[in-house]
Amino acid sequence: MVDNAASGADLSRVWKVLREAGLTALIAGFLAVPLIGLRTIGGRDGMAVESRWDMLMIAVAVVFTGRLVLIALRRVLPRLGAGVGKIGSFGTLFARHRSGLAGLALALALALPLMPFSDRYLVDIATLVLIYVMLGWGLNIVVGLAGLLDLGYVAFYAVGAYSFALLGTVYEWSFWACLPVAGACAAAFGILLGYPVLRLRGDYLAIVTLGFGEIIRVVLTNWVEFSGGPNGIASIPRPTLLGLEFSRRAPEEQSFHHFFDIDYSGDHRITFLYYVILLLALLTNLFVLRIRKLPLGRAWEALREDEIACRALGINPVNTKLSAFALGAMFGGFAGSFFASRSGFISPESFTFIESALILSIVVLGGMGSQIGVVLAAAAIILVPEFLREFSEYRMLAFGAAMVLIMIWRPRGLLAHRAPTVSLGQSGARP
Amino acid sequence: MTAAALLTVEHLTMRFGGLVAIDDLSFAAADREITAIIGPNGAGKTTVFNCLTGFYKPTVGQLTLIRPGSEPALLERMEGFRIARAGVGRTFQNIRLFPAMSVLENLIVAQHNELMRASAFSIAGLLGLERYRAAEARALDRARFWLDRLGLTGVADRDAGGLPYGDQRRLEIARAMCNGPVLLCLDEPAAGLNRAESVALNELLREIRDTQNVGILLIEHDMNVVMGISDRIVVLDYGRKIAEGPPEAVRNDPTVIQAYLGEEEDADLRPEVAGELGRERRP
Repeated sequence: MVDNAASGADLSRVWKVLREAGLTALIAGFLAVPLIGLRTIGGRDGMAVESRWDMLMIAVAVVFTGRLVLIALRRVLPRLGAGVGKIGSFGTLFARHRSGLAGLALALALALPLMPFSDRYLVDIATLVLIYVMLGWGLNIVVGLAGLLDLGYVAFYAVGAYSFALLGTVYEWSFWACLPVAGACAAAFGILLGYPVLRLRGDYLAIVTLGFGEIIRVVLTNWVEFSGGPNGIASIPRPTLLGLEFSRRAPEEQSFHHFFDIDYSGDHRITFLYYVILLLALLTNLFVLRIRKLPLGRAWEALREDEIACRALGINPVNTKLSAFALGAMFGGFAGSFFASRSGFISPESFTFIESALILSIVVLGGMGSQIGVVLAAAAIILVPEFLREFSEYRMLAFGAAMVLIMIWRPRGLLAHRAPTVSLGQSGARP
Repeated sequence: MTAAALLTVEHLTMRFGGLVAIDDLSFAAADREITAIIGPNGAGKTTVFNCLTGFYKPTVGQLTLIRPGSEPALLERMEGFRIARAGVGRTFQNIRLFPAMSVLENLIVAQHNELMRASAFSIAGLLGLERYRAAEARALDRARFWLDRLGLTGVADRDAGGLPYGDQRRLEIARAMCNGPVLLCLDEPAAGLNRAESVALNELLREIRDTQNVGILLIEHDMNVVMGISDRIVVLDYGRKIAEGPPEAVRNDPTVIQAYLGEEEDADLRPEVAGELGRERRP
C-alpha cells in the first residue's frame, strides 16, 4: 500500500518533469521552424525554400534533454550554492584581515616589475589590469556608493583620453599638466550628464546614461575636424619622469637613460607606465576610502538607501548626485588620459559600449562598494581572456555564464561585505 | 493658546484632480507642546504632513514656521530639503531608515549639513583638519546621547535594517532629532507597537517635548498615545477640521464621536478606536 502511494507520487512527479520539458521543447520547436527548419537558398531560378526537418528535430531534442538536465540541476544547485556561499563567507573573512591583505597586495603590486619572473609582457598586462581597477574604483563611486546605475561610464574615459590627446598633440602640453585638465573636463561632462537625469532612477537612468555614452562616441567618430574622426589621434606624448623622456632618440639631457647613465631599454618605459598607473589607482583608492567616511560619502550611501528620507533630513539630492557623477567621471578622465598616453594612439573604437559593460561588470562582480572586490574582479576579467587566448571565441559565452552564476550564488558580488564608516568602539571611549 | 505659535497653517487646501484631500484647514502648533492630528482613515492627515514637509505643493494656503531669532519661513514655497534645513524634522508612516547603514551612521547622516559645512565640502575632511575632526566628535556625542536614551548603544554598529520593528520606529525619531529640528512631525509613531512599547513611546515624546526645545506634531491612531500626551488635538474628517482643542474637550465633542463611530450604515469603523472612544465616554 505504502509502496504504491509512493510510486504514485513518483509517477506524478516524473509526469510533471516530462510535461515541463515537453512544453519547453514545443516552444523551441515553434521558434525554430523559421530559424532552423526553413532555409532560403539561391537556386537557378531565384530563391527557393529548403526545409531541414532533421536539424529541427535535433534542436528540439537538445532543448528537451537540456530542460531535463536543468530541472535536475535545480535540485542540486541550491545545495551547491550553499557550499559556495560558505566559501563565499570569505567576504567577511576578507573584511577581518582587510588591512593585512591590502598591504600584501600593495607590496606585491610595488614589487611586480622587479620580480625575477616578470617580463615586459607581464608588466604590460598588469598595467592594463590597473587601468580597469582604477576605472572600477571610479565607477564604484557612482554605482556602488551613490547607487546610480551608469551604463555610459566609458564616455568619461573617452573625454579624458581625448582631452589629453588634443592638448598634448595640438598645444604640446605634457602629460602631468594635462592630467588635472582632463579630470576637470571629464567632471564637467559628468555634471552635464547628471543634470538631465537627476529625476531618473534604476532602469531609466541606465538607458539615458547608455545613450550619453553612445552620443560621445558618435560625436568623436563624426566630428572629423575636431577629433580626427575614425582615424583617431596618433603620436600622443608619453608621460615623463620630471621632464625625462623614455625614448631612444630624446636629446641627451632630457632622456632617462642618459641621465642615469644606463643603457637604453624599452622596458624602462613599460615599467615607468606601470608605476604611473599604480600611483593613479592608489590615489583613487585613497580618495574613495576617505570620502566614504566623510559627510559627502555617507550622503551618497544614504541617497542609495532612501532618497525621500534624505530629503527629509535636509540633504540636497541634486548636489549630492551631481558630486557623485562629477567625481566618478573625474577618475574616469584620469584613467582616460593615462590610456591615451600609454597607447600613443586613440580612436573612437576604444570607447564602445562593451567597455562600459566591462567596467560595470567589474564593479558588480567585485561587490558594489567593495574596493578589494574590484581588484579581484578586474584581474579576473582582464587576465582570464588574456591567458585563454586559444578559446577567445568562447570568451563572451564564458563571460555571460560567469555573470549568471555570480548572480545566482552571490547576488551582491564576490565581496559584498560593508563595514560601517564609523563605529562607537573605534572612536569613543565608552565602557 | 499659552505657548508661542511655532507653526501656523492657514487655509491649507490640497486638491488631487477632482479630489479635495484637504479643504481650507487652519490650525497652529505651539513650541514645546504636542499637537496631535487625528481623524478616520483617509481624512487627509498624512497629506497635511506631506504639504508641510514639501513633498506636495499645496493648492492654496500658507504654512509658516516661526522660529525664535530668525525670519519666519514660508514652507509652501520651499523645496523639501530646505524645509528640513529650516527645522522641520519628520518620520514616516512606513519607516524610512537607511537599512544597509549602521544605526550610528543613520544618526550621523542626520547631521549631514553641519558636518558638510565643517568639512568645507569635503576638503577639510580629506585633509583631516582639526576643525572637521572636532565637528565629527560633536556629532558622535549627539548620536551617543540618543543611543543611550533609547538603549540602542549595544547595537550601534549593527545594520539599521536588522533592528526589531519597535527599535526601528524609535531610531527614526532619534534620527529626526539628530537633525536638530524645531518642529518634529511624527507620522503614526505608535503603529505596530505593543502596549509596553507605546507606553515607552509616550514617555520618550514627553521627554523630548520637555527637554529638547521642540514642538511636536503628531499623527496617531492609538488613542492611548493621543489622549495621554497631547496638549492639543486637531480632528480632521474628509479633509476638513471638525474639532480642535485640549484632549478632554475633543473626547467629548459629539461631532468627533460621530465621525469616529459613524452613522449606522458606516461599515468603515475601526473597532479599537470605537472601543477607546466608547470607554472614555462612559463615565
